[in-house]
Amino acid sequence: MTLAPSNTPGPIPLGLARRGFSGTVQHIHATNAHSSLAASELESRLIELGFVEGARVEILHEGIVGRDPIAVRVENVTIAVRRREAMAIMVA
Amino acid sequence: MEAPLLHFALVGTPNSGKTALFNALTGSRQKVANYPGVTVERKEGSFVTPSGRQVSLVDLPGTYSLRGRSPDEEITRDMVLGRTPGEAPPDLILCVADATNLRLTIRLLLELKNTGRPLLLVLNMFDIARRRGVSVDIEKLSQALGLPVTTSVAVRKNGTVELLRLADDLIANPMLPGPDHWRPLTAAELRATQREADRIIAATISLPARPDTWTARIDAVVLHPVAGLFILAFILFVMFQAVFAWAQPLMEILSSAFAALGAWVHDILPPGLLQSFLQNGVISGVGSVIVFLPQIMIIFLCILLLEDFGYMARAAFLMDRIMGGAGLHGRAFIPLLSSFACAIPGIMATRVIDNRRDRLTTILIAPLMTCSARIPVYTLIISAFIPDQQIGGWVNLRGLVMFGLYAAGIVSALAVSFLIKFFMWRDYEPAPFMLELPDYKLPRVRSIAIGVYTRAKMFLQRAGTTIFSMMIVIWFLASFPPPPAGAEGAAINYSLAAMIGRTLEPVLSPLGFNWQIAVALIPGMAAREVAVAALGTVYAIEGGKEAAEQIGQVLATKWSLATALSLLAWYIFAPQCASTLAVIRRETGSWRWMAVTFTYMLVLAYAASLVTYHVALALGAG
Repeated sequence: MTLAPSNTPGPIPLGLARRGFSGTVQHIHATNAHSSLAASELESRLIELGFVEGARVEILHEGIVGRDPIAVRVENVTIAVRRREAMAIMVA
Repeated sequence: MEAPLLHFALVGTPNSGKTALFNALTGSRQKVANYPGVTVERKEGSFVTPSGRQVSLVDLPGTYSLRGRSPDEEITRDMVLGRTPGEAPPDLILCVADATNLRLTIRLLLELKNTGRPLLLVLNMFDIARRRGVSVDIEKLSQALGLPVTTSVAVRKNGTVELLRLADDLIANPMLPGPDHWRPLTAAELRATQREADRIIAATISLPARPDTWTARIDAVVLHPVAGLFILAFILFVMFQAVFAWAQPLMEILSSAFAALGAWVHDILPPGLLQSFLQNGVISGVGSVIVFLPQIMIIFLCILLLEDFGYMARAAFLMDRIMGGAGLHGRAFIPLLSSFACAIPGIMATRVIDNRRDRLTTILIAPLMTCSARIPVYTLIISAFIPDQQIGGWVNLRGLVMFGLYAAGIVSALAVSFLIKFFMWRDYEPAPFMLELPDYKLPRVRSIAIGVYTRAKMFLQRAGTTIFSMMIVIWFLASFPPPPAGAEGAAINYSLAAMIGRTLEPVLSPLGFNWQIAVALIPGMAAREVAVAALGTVYAIEGGKEAAEQIGQVLATKWSLATALSLLAWYIFAPQCASTLAVIRRETGSWRWMAVTFTYMLVLAYAASLVTYHVALALGAG
């Protein structure tokens, strides 16, 4: 597995990354996202969609309003998610 | 003695091709789609294995886990665990995976193993996976998972031979149910199973270096923030132009066929009640509705094509934030788009929205989307009152008015949603939008054809039952009692229909509606398109044979433009569909929401018609 190059030192939330970003999931920090879901529920859902530690992610597309939502390639699946929830996914 | 019926269940993540496999095994007439979570109803079929055993197969809603966070997913969980009352626990669970995309399914499978149910993994779409260079060591995968694994190509003939053979083996040597260890997994356990799944995949499956390049190329354009929205708008615009313009030649053929049939009946029968009943009641009534079959088939064709291609999930992605401004969830886009065909499947499709408030809002506004049953009414009035002109060389004025009516429905739906959010649920945070965007797939002609055929059949059945019986009632009301001897004017003026219409007239006359329209609106409560036929019958009995053949031209002479526009405005909003109200009652589980929908739509309809009529009068359209 090749780690994609990243200019930022340390993990950043996926919710702040721009289109074209690629990296790997470092950890899930569900209390970071001010989601309407409880932190444990959000964490479970993100894992069910494949966001686990070590998974390769790449932001493929952004929506028009506030660059939201984003379409993220997670390994070989494409997932659409809002930036609010993507704040929980720490990537580097 | 006959062997007992076996129960199999299909489980899988959304987009795993589960429904396609279900169709391939059972030959069922269910639609195959790409949008995650399209399987919202209990779908059961049956097949016979090569050794002659009868198997009942149930297609469970797609899910990523057994936690059951929506009504759909609860169904899957309870069926798998054998907790659904009145349902036999499945003898075998077929866990269906998209062979090009195994990661999430293997995790689900590991969770399913905890239930102790006999389990079989089916790698579906195996042909696509092989073409893309995915190679699976099936033997090794089966060992690592501790359960039998087979492959299938649901959309090909003979694509399920392997699966059926294995099913027979498993029937001959059944796997016994083990103890049920399942309980909802914590985040840590979910993570551990996903890691385990990734480890198994790494050891048994080699993934290609190249992903699906077509999907990437199409998405680069279709999901572009600006171009994507233009493409979406263009697709919708072409759909509505197609509905109006392309169907025209076919409709004219149907229309003249019914007119000829009516004339033939008129010629061979002696004048009298039977002649009037067959010609005015049956042929012109039912015929005036069946004429719209081409338009209804075109709109369903468009929606099925977009679904099967995989575009629907993209549309939800593009529209999420835009609809969010109106208080709607991105996932509401699919139910609302389906509502253009018919609000009933649209309202049922809201089950994919797991948040109750988001779901209720979507249900309340779904009937405002212009359903195919309004098309007959719109078409009739537009062709009678709007000139057939080209604007700027290629846009048809009638098509443009049609587009405007659709747009009015959409805009008012968004406005109502915004008001609901503002007044009822102001304190509430938006539910998250998380959706898989499946790889594009070429729609299969057979699957599309089955879908359009099923819809056409349902429409014709409605024409044959509801509409037919309504037409008989209307003909009866319009023909009895017969006018007294020596009466002057048209016979219908003395009929029951005229009495009913005149009773309602004071309420409806501020909208510019005459008593004939009032008569047509009542049966239109059962089904919108009946109004067209009802107008046909009323004016035919009033005006004779010529009127029945040229209902549009008759209307053009009897109504003012203001009345016509007012009736169009009425139809954008009016809750003219008993079946939709019944479905709302069922899906919300309460009479209250049904009453709310009915009342707010009626109020909107009355207000819109009142304003339209008076503005049109003021502008000189009286």
